Amino acid sequence: MVGIINLVYLLSAIGFIGGIKLMAAPSSARNGNLLSAVAMILAIAATAILMVVQHHQLNNVYLLVALLLVGTIIGKGLSQSYEMTRMPELISLFNALGGLCALIIGINESFISDMAIEQSTIKIVLLLGVFLGGASFSGSIIAFYKLAGKMKTSFRSKALTFGCWFLVISLSIWHFFQPNVALSFQTLSLIIGAISLVYGVLFALPVGGADMPVLISVLNAVTGIATAISGMLFESTIMLLGGILVGSTGVLLTIQMCKAMNRSLKKVLLGQTAVVTKKGNTGEALQEIQTISTAETASILAFSKNVAIIPGFGMAVSQAQKECFELQKRLQGLGAQVKYIIHPVAGRMPGHMNVLLAEANIDYSDIVEMDEVNHNMGQFDAAIIIGANDVVNPAAETDSESVVYGMPIIKAYQAKQVIVMKRGMSAGYSGASNPLFERANCKLLFGDAKYSLHQIIEEVKMI
Amino acid sequence: MLDSFYLSPIDGWYVIVLSILIGLEVIKNVPSVLHTPLMSGANAISGIILIGGAIQLLSTPLTEVSTLIVASLAVLIGTINVSGGFFVTNRMLSMFIKKKK
Repeated sequence: MVGIINLVYLLSAIGFIGGIKLMAAPSSARNGNLLSAVAMILAIAATAILMVVQHHQLNNVYLLVALLLVGTIIGKGLSQSYEMTRMPELISLFNALGGLCALIIGINESFISDMAIEQSTIKIVLLLGVFLGGASFSGSIIAFYKLAGKMKTSFRSKALTFGCWFLVISLSIWHFFQPNVALSFQTLSLIIGAISLVYGVLFALPVGGADMPVLISVLNAVTGIATAISGMLFESTIMLLGGILVGSTGVLLTIQMCKAMNRSLKKVLLGQTAVVTKKGNTGEALQEIQTISTAETASILAFSKNVAIIPGFGMAVSQAQKECFELQKRLQGLGAQVKYIIHPVAGRMPGHMNVLLAEANIDYSDIVEMDEVNHNMGQFDAAIIIGANDVVNPAAETDSESVVYGMPIIKAYQAKQVIVMKRGMSAGYSGASNPLFERANCKLLFGDAKYSLHQIIEEVKMI
Repeated sequence: MLDSFYLSPIDGWYVIVLSILIGLEVIKNVPSVLHTPLMSGANAISGIILIGGAIQLLSTPLTEVSTLIVASLAVLIGTINVSGGFFVTNRMLSMFIKKKK
């Protein structure tokens, strides 16, 4: 029996890996997700059967099935109740639940198994799982509120962070060297759980704005590691594997996001925003810019053979995806080629902009990565930048004084005509002034992106 | 705990190291177009931690009420994470598919 169960676990492991492998292409990704889900059901069923065979607690199985059903219904409801622009919030929320689950299971386990004094390895594993789970939970909740725009504080306290570490380490040493004299293992796990919640808040609070993709990736990795550690605790290979897959995803995405922003992980997590001098803000007013009307924009676009659309988070904020698609269709109707160019950090989490464009029915084959077209931006007769700023700032290449210097950018300035749709002259997230706006081939179109696009579409219709 | 499924320490290290290597290899091939679904899918997989809750739930006699309640809570939360994660990933990925028509 146990042999068969172990075989099912193996199948489940193959399912998870195969599922992620199928995510290598948009056309097969959905099947990949289904495969992972089947693998999950297999793993849960195998565990349930194994436990019933060993412990004969049949009544508890009904309880388990009921909980699984209720959880699935709640999960399905939640998954449908968020718009695509708010996807990062929802994913943070689910991540928080994963962390909370790790926290609860760890603490519960410290009460269930009477651990002998000498079992220090397993105790450390348990405490580590509790700490990471708790930190991931409270950190993700903070991320959730920040993404929802309900929280803007970026409080940072070195003393409190240090205090958390000091308490965790000193209490653990006290327990391990003075076992059961003063501090029982159960109490220790409860205290560490409580500290981890505080630590998670301290961890997530300093991060904000455009750095959110990094925070989400890091928290995702932490939940994965907490899961893997619980896998060690329960000596379950499938939990270990699942946790490691998630941890690897989080780590890889974190590295990619940091690279794309040219910021070190440490700086992001310490909340050191790039704004160090007031240079960026004061330089803004002095810029000589050319503005453009929607009618002029429409005529430029209508006579362009090759158009690039560069969306930033500003596009998502004004929910202008559908208008983008409509403009694309109109221009294609006039014989133009239209491509979307996406910067890796556009949006509030890795790949977020792609999801938003996909929602508006934009085909992923029309979306290109920055690296694919950067060497040949001169081919575009017109580039429309919608709600993006730092990711097209040429100062990143030319001005070693600028805070964005060194960040990989979309070389929009090389296009024959650049049109920047902005709400006002405010600086981008980095606070750096953008010399693109002063260039001879750049014109600014002020106003809400959705409204402006709508106007442009109306004008194009008449041409 | 799973008494019958014991890993010797060295087996455990094999599992850990090989999982990391395979994981990095497979995840590296996911294009950035799909990074958001990848993350939410991975998020759902991390919900496998609910197995720990299931083990606790199914090995505890009905008389130990407090342990049962805590384990149930863990299973419920874990299930929301798993199902929500897979459902929302599916929702996103179906948007990527229908365009091919």
